[in-house]
Amino acid sequence: MKGLLETSRGSRPSPRLAVNAGLLVILALAPLYAALTGDPFAMTLFTRVLILALAALSLNLIMGFGGMVSFGHAAYLGIGGYAVGILAKEGIGSGFVQWPVAIAAAALYALVVGALSLRTRGVYFIMITLAFAQMTYYVAIGLDRYGGDDGLTIYQRSRFGSLLDLDNKILFYYLCFALLLAGIYLVWRLVNSRFGLVIQGARSNERRMRAIGFATYRYKLVCFVIAGAMCGLAGALLANHTNFISPAMMHWTRSGDLMIMAVLGGMQAMFGPLLGAMTLLLLEESLSRVTDYANLVLGPLLLFVAIYVNGGIDGLIGGVRHG
Amino acid sequence: MQGASLSVGAPSPQPSPRWGEGVRTSKPDRGDVRHDDKSMLYFIEQFLNGIQLGMLLFLLAAGLTLIFGIMDLVNLAHGSLYMIGAYFAATFAEWTDSFVLGAIFAIVATLAVGMALEVIAMRRLYARSHLDHVLGTFGLLLFFNELVRLIWGPAGMTLSLPGEMLKAVEILPGLFYPVYRLVIIAVTLAVAFLLYALVMRTRLGMLIRAGASNREMVGALGVNIKLLYTMVFGLGAALAGFAGLMQAPILTVQIGMGENILILAFVVIIIGGIGSIRGAFVAALLVGLVDTVGRAFLPDLLHVYLSESAAASLGRALSSMMIYMVMALVLIVRPEGLFPAASK
Repeated sequence: MKGLLETSRGSRPSPRLAVNAGLLVILALAPLYAALTGDPFAMTLFTRVLILALAALSLNLIMGFGGMVSFGHAAYLGIGGYAVGILAKEGIGSGFVQWPVAIAAAALYALVVGALSLRTRGVYFIMITLAFAQMTYYVAIGLDRYGGDDGLTIYQRSRFGSLLDLDNKILFYYLCFALLLAGIYLVWRLVNSRFGLVIQGARSNERRMRAIGFATYRYKLVCFVIAGAMCGLAGALLANHTNFISPAMMHWTRSGDLMIMAVLGGMQAMFGPLLGAMTLLLLEESLSRVTDYANLVLGPLLLFVAIYVNGGIDGLIGGVRHG
Repeated sequence: MQGASLSVGAPSPQPSPRWGEGVRTSKPDRGDVRHDDKSMLYFIEQFLNGIQLGMLLFLLAAGLTLIFGIMDLVNLAHGSLYMIGAYFAATFAEWTDSFVLGAIFAIVATLAVGMALEVIAMRRLYARSHLDHVLGTFGLLLFFNELVRLIWGPAGMTLSLPGEMLKAVEILPGLFYPVYRLVIIAVTLAVAFLLYALVMRTRLGMLIRAGASNREMVGALGVNIKLLYTMVFGLGAALAGFAGLMQAPILTVQIGMGENILILAFVVIIIGGIGSIRGAFVAALLVGLVDTVGRAFLPDLLHVYLSESAAASLGRALSSMMIYMVMALVLIVRPEGLFPAASK
């Protein structure tokens, strides 16, 4: 597990290990903090951090490791959320149905989008993924039965019989936490597998990978679908968390948020998306408690990071990455 | 909508910017032809509306494609300059009590903001990756939205037109069309022509074209590339601000008004081919026409097969999606856009 926590190629202990371990301890103890201070909002905020970290993690799998810069990742979040919302509205409340449907729908959508988009390169790839996300956004607006532009309130969270009660906030929090950790573990295993090495090889030099006999298109497509499925799950969690879905979940600025979390945290790091999501959301929250104009500080801060910081927050902690 | 804003600003009390479903959600001064009249006149009116939207998109896209093509910068804050242009125009028009004076001051002010922005922030971004551009300019977008809220307050503004522009003229027997929309078409065409002359006939234009096809070489030949970049960025900003102020009397001036139209402008430059002004012109007209005409006719077309309400909602969704479908199609057939910048 030490390799995972450190997520670097070297084996020397580094500040990164301490930061990542500390991060996990903080997240594990967050409900305790909320209970002690009697601040119910802390639970909501931290649950949101975990869910969006899962979404950003899935984006980072294709963007950070695969070099596929998708500017439409909020679409998968929306599709997962809408799967839960639509099924709930139609009277199918069981999470055993809702969640697999959410994941499958997002995966299927990713298969279609990926199959078409992966034929393009660079900026054109960024824009075509954005175009597909915009189409999905407008489809959601057109769904009059499910609230159209106004969105849809979900009156009951996914039911898992007597196994899990999602209305229990602490339980829901730990469920999100567990799923995030499972996601990080999955990405770690993937990235370090033969499959992951092919993906990373294609990021650095696709022509060479093809020349030595890898059908990079298929590898990238599979990776794209895995990321979509994972983000669909995050969408299902988010719908359960907010009890509400709306097209705004899929607005392009939401895709931008996910990208920013991944870039801010550090794209080459397994814990980067979590770091990024947590930093962005906590910073936003604490700034807005101090001032009404939080983005006057946050915006230039992002600009500063973009200009001066290499490898995001993870890059700051670990110093220069070897290799 | 507040329950749905999912990350930045979710818990804060501030209202999230209104996201309309496209750029043309309110149309206070459309022509007089009735919607149910499927005559040729209605089509002509919609066609003109499409041209008008296309010309505005061109103003926005021309700057974006120059900045993208020459400095290789993905600028998500371009829509902010559009918004700032509209706010400046509304303010200056109020002070000077003249629409035209307000517009002129607003263009100059947006130009200044653009050049200052380039010197302070953007030039430090050029050497970074596209992802860093997204991060940095997204930060700027947040910053400008908040700054506008601080200066002008959260409520929108209106930019009112002089009386004679509010009228409609009979351009064809039975077809009344708002004067202001005709003015937009005429003025933007003139600007497009000037831009063409600037790029094709002047020394600055020559450098711009050279920069778009080979940046390193232009620098190596001793051109003051920093100054060129600042000027190009300022030009792009002024064009965006101009688009914003021209659109301002039709829509309300509000925070976040540049966000949806920015995406349309990106669609335009991708369809047109990055770095190509001619491509931006053709693609802007294409996008403007497809969007407007689709919105006007798809619901009725679908009504032939579907019930009225189903046709209306499906038509609305489909017509918003059409330009993205066009873009996906163009990219599949021509992966570098319609007019790839020459000699790349």
